[in-house]
Amino acid sequence: MDMNEIKEIFFQECEEQLAELESGLLKLNDGDRDPETVNAVFRAVHSIKGGAGAFGLDDLVAFAHVFETTLDCVRSNKLEPGPEVLKVMLKSADVLADLVTASRDGGGVEESRTRTLVKELEALAHGEMPSASHDAPKPAAKPAPAAAPKAEAPKPTDDSGFQPIPFTFDDFGGDEETVIEGSTFEVTFKPRRDLYAKGNEAALLLRDLSRVGEMSINCDTSTLPALDKMDPEGSYFGWTASVKTTKSEEDVRAVFEFAEWDCDLEVKLQEATSSDEELPMIPVPFDLSALDDATDGNLTDEAKASEDDASAAVAAAETASSIARAAGAAARAERKDTAAAAAQNNAAASAAGAGQTIRVDLDRVDRLINLVGELVINQAMLSQSVIENDATGTSAVNMGLEELQQLTREIQDSVMAIRAQPVKPVFQRMSRIVREVADMVGKSIRLVTEGENTEVDKTVIDKLAEPLTHMIRNAVDHGIETPEKREAAGKDPEGTIKLTAKHRSGRILIELQDDGAGINRERVKQKAIDNDLITADANLSDEEIDNLIFAPGFSTADKISDISGRGVGMDVVKRSIQALGGRINISSRPGLGSTFTMSLPLTLAVLDGMVVTVAGQTLVVPLTAIVETLQPEASSIHSFGANQRLISIRNSFCPLVDVGRILNFRATQANPVEGVALLVESEGGGQRALMVDAIQGQRQVVIKSLEANYTHVPGIAAATILGDGRVALILDVDAVVAASRGQSLRAEMSLAATG
Amino acid sequence: MSYAVKTLSQGNRELIAFRIGDQEFCVNIMYVREIRGWTQATPMPHAPAYMMGVINLRGVVLPIVDLAARLGMRVADPTARHVIIVAQVGSRLVGLLVEAVSDILTITEENIQPVPEISSDLEKQYARGILAIEKRMICLIELDALFPEKESEAA
Repeated sequence: MDMNEIKEIFFQECEEQLAELESGLLKLNDGDRDPETVNAVFRAVHSIKGGAGAFGLDDLVAFAHVFETTLDCVRSNKLEPGPEVLKVMLKSADVLADLVTASRDGGGVEESRTRTLVKELEALAHGEMPSASHDAPKPAAKPAPAAAPKAEAPKPTDDSGFQPIPFTFDDFGGDEETVIEGSTFEVTFKPRRDLYAKGNEAALLLRDLSRVGEMSINCDTSTLPALDKMDPEGSYFGWTASVKTTKSEEDVRAVFEFAEWDCDLEVKLQEATSSDEELPMIPVPFDLSALDDATDGNLTDEAKASEDDASAAVAAAETASSIARAAGAAARAERKDTAAAAAQNNAAASAAGAGQTIRVDLDRVDRLINLVGELVINQAMLSQSVIENDATGTSAVNMGLEELQQLTREIQDSVMAIRAQPVKPVFQRMSRIVREVADMVGKSIRLVTEGENTEVDKTVIDKLAEPLTHMIRNAVDHGIETPEKREAAGKDPEGTIKLTAKHRSGRILIELQDDGAGINRERVKQKAIDNDLITADANLSDEEIDNLIFAPGFSTADKISDISGRGVGMDVVKRSIQALGGRINISSRPGLGSTFTMSLPLTLAVLDGMVVTVAGQTLVVPLTAIVETLQPEASSIHSFGANQRLISIRNSFCPLVDVGRILNFRATQANPVEGVALLVESEGGGQRALMVDAIQGQRQVVIKSLEANYTHVPGIAAATILGDGRVALILDVDAVVAASRGQSLRAEMSLAATG
Repeated sequence: MSYAVKTLSQGNRELIAFRIGDQEFCVNIMYVREIRGWTQATPMPHAPAYMMGVINLRGVVLPIVDLAARLGMRVADPTARHVIIVAQVGSRLVGLLVEAVSDILTITEENIQPVPEISSDLEKQYARGILAIEKRMICLIELDALFPEKESEAA
């Protein structure tokens, strides 16, 4: 494994850490004050800093360090994570993410942005609330005396190669006063079992602590249970140490830097005068006989396995004054057990965490999916030929085939599940966009997400980000009103955007809801008339007006802004959603806001299709496009102009499109009465009746790319392989419809108006 | 592979020869992935006349080109005796419909004669040389020229 590979892993981990960081910060933003959340946030930044140090990414380390320092203030309750503080922190998380990206892909991050945030973070660490004053340039950094010892602080467990960078920031100023010559810290250290499970040793930590200054220590064995109740892997000892040192509290804490999440740690500054009287910090000899009695009495056969622990524990208690040795023994004893049950422990640890995962190259998964697709096709071919050769249908072969069919289906589903990913990362990205855009336009907006663990195919997720970003920008820029307007309308000045994901009937439904002003139908209509999208006298329903925003070249923003409104608006969104095989709808209530609803397929690898025959060829029409199928009667077919035909469906007229003619499979139009009409909904909301010769059935098909070896074919979306082993083409409904009307939008809109 | 290296080092080239109508052609064997029997292809809409359609080659959608039509000759009427030469051209796979594969030739550069000055652009475009083998004339075809990466532009 070369350095680049390791670096790649680091960046992958960074992404996870950044996601963790952001979700933690958002939780804090929502009022969560769980110390574990704060710790998680801190841990994320800390890990990034550590890794970045190993790769010499100095910019990243420098920023992460300042960020970490401020977070530490939050963690130690010196800084209340109020909304103002979190705003800075969220921005810092964004910059940190940018720095990571810059380190990976080259390029840089605007220095001014970083610098401003560093100042704000430092100010927070100082205990100043964000205000205008901190923007004033600081006096040239003074060589902070408190910073230097920090750099020298022992980092016993630091194996990541992290190089502490001495900072000249005066962010430790707050502690400076408290560091008096010869101050005494009372350190209460109680490891949890996780500490040993992760391979830390209490003895080493205590030894490092003893190096900080003059130390006396007391082992607290009060929680040690009777032997028969003792968990051999448990952690029962705590230590109370009194450290007399010239160093700061930071340095004392630094000893436990890599273990602090797995132990209860308390570091208190003692008043030099009262310390000796109040707390018995002198080593207390234990009454070992009491312990012996207890163990002797309870020593039964089944407990013999734990004997080692007991003796180690006794040893530890006995020699409490020479902590290094004693704690070492205790730790060794506990670790021995840990090693024995390492697997068990790991399982427990991961169960507590996010479940075990492995990193797999996407190509391998894709290959597996392809192969399973082949398997499904092959199985279908096999079934077909068996059925053809066996009329009775009761043979053992048939039974076996049926089971095989179920198995292949199950394999296919499981393989598809491998690619399924929660939509969480995309949703998290959206919260950043909301923040940034809201900042830019001077609005105050909260993003609420729901169902972010809803899973969908990775390709869908990847392609979802862009249209969703566009819609979020739109919602922030146009949807939500300015705080003044909101207040005038009697609403909460802070706008809310709600992003929801859920599964519904084999598809994923994503809803984007804002509580803004809703669509201004008058203006939309006027704009559509101005842009020649509809005629001035068109009579449109509210829903039709709302859907006008999806028309190409439509933008309601009066001013063209940086954020949205460059004329490439919702039509692009709609097209990219449709390219994914999805649909998008809008519903809007004036004054209450708008809701966009997107329905997407769970995967792009398979598709539910209707298998039809056109001019002797087998085609697959995506089921999602089909609204209904009908058998046209001669009386409902009406000629329209030279060679157009309309079909009347429940008193509305719908253009009839001969698929065979459009695809050039036949030279003349087929007789509609002999075929079947598929009523399809196409881009722009208009309906068309596609004429096919016959319907063969409905089937799930595996999508095969045509572009790989051939080229894009107009009217054809992709290919698939049917049960007989032949290639069938998947119809691109939108392209066929577009071809049928020669891309004339005006005709489309007026037709939409009539029907 | 060592064999190929050896023959290459001696300046030898291996070619696969096939028949279309009464003419013989050959291509560099390094292009050829496999040779298989003819199966009915699914026609593609809006395709040039030489594009017979696509077939399923173990899960890969493989376009089939009627080489006779592509070379400007009569459009083939494929039967079960026709064969498909699956060739890798650039990053793409393409199936070439020919009447029959006749030979595998090992030749040296000196065996290749230049194409005579003739008026047909098509021949100039694809023919790289002519071989005289046992009184037969075999035309060496450059597949890269016949199927450029941007097939759509050529079509």
